[in-house]
Amino acid sequence: MITLAHYLTVAAILFVLGVLGIFINRRNVILILMAIELILLAVNINLVAFSAFLGDIVGQIMAMFVLTVAAAEAAIGLAILVIFFRRRGSIAVDDVNRMHG
Amino acid sequence: MIALIAFYLFAVVTIASAVLVIFSRNPVHSVLWLILAFFNAAGLMLIAGAEFIALLLVIVYVGAVAVLFLFVVMMLDIDFAELRSGFSKNLPFGIIIALVLLAEVIFAISAWRAGPALSGAAVPEATQPNIVALGQVLYSRFLYPFEIAGLILLVAMIGAIVLTHRKRGDLRTPKVGRQVSRRPADAVKLSKPAVGEGVQI
Repeated sequence: MITLAHYLTVAAILFVLGVLGIFINRRNVILILMAIELILLAVNINLVAFSAFLGDIVGQIMAMFVLTVAAAEAAIGLAILVIFFRRRGSIAVDDVNRMHG
Repeated sequence: MIALIAFYLFAVVTIASAVLVIFSRNPVHSVLWLILAFFNAAGLMLIAGAEFIALLLVIVYVGAVAVLFLFVVMMLDIDFAELRSGFSKNLPFGIIIALVLLAEVIFAISAWRAGPALSGAAVPEATQPNIVALGQVLYSRFLYPFEIAGLILLVAMIGAIVLTHRKRGDLRTPKVGRQVSRRPADAVKLSKPAVGEGVQI
């Protein structure tokens, strides 16, 4: 039988994989954005699992809002990435040092 | 029983593709593994009975976000080998952090006590279809948050367009301001030349 703990474990592993992805691909912004998407996916799985097992639909509404914000974040992040690449010819995070004056 | 097998199948494929997202050498492959992870996470949500969110995940993530990632990865001419230079240096530290975090989360899950409504039991039987229940709550109690979510998407769209739009100097588009501000008195001159004297320009 599938219990809530099954879902929570899967979401926990996904979350940790997302954090690990941010740590080991520290220079590649595209992969950092993908790791953030993985983290948000883990959050969504948690929300949906709690919503389903509690019989309360509000968790799924929250999952929808998380989805909305994730889509907006991906669009803005990739737009910033594109203009950054246009100016600097690179997307390495180490090169982002023009902000301090 | 079949639901349990399906759950384990979806869970294993989701986690395996998440591992491949962060470890694969080619970012295009990363995006493709991300798409597979989203499909299988949608399967997990289907098993939990959240059909609408599952389909939304496929439509929004696979149909929009992953395609956006794919466009950007393929459009920019990036030297990915150079970007991976710190990979092996960061790997041990990252693995340690990840193991500590995983231990913490597993500890929290096992220490968590289910409330009376949540004794780890199966999903309660739904009294109405998932999408009906969602719609009834979304358009009544959560109407304002729903509108604000739409506004956030609008702002994101405008922001992305404003950020990536660039003025090109080599285009010969009509200058609307000059055209509109032109008056007939400046543009046309009526003259009545006398016979045999020609026209003065």
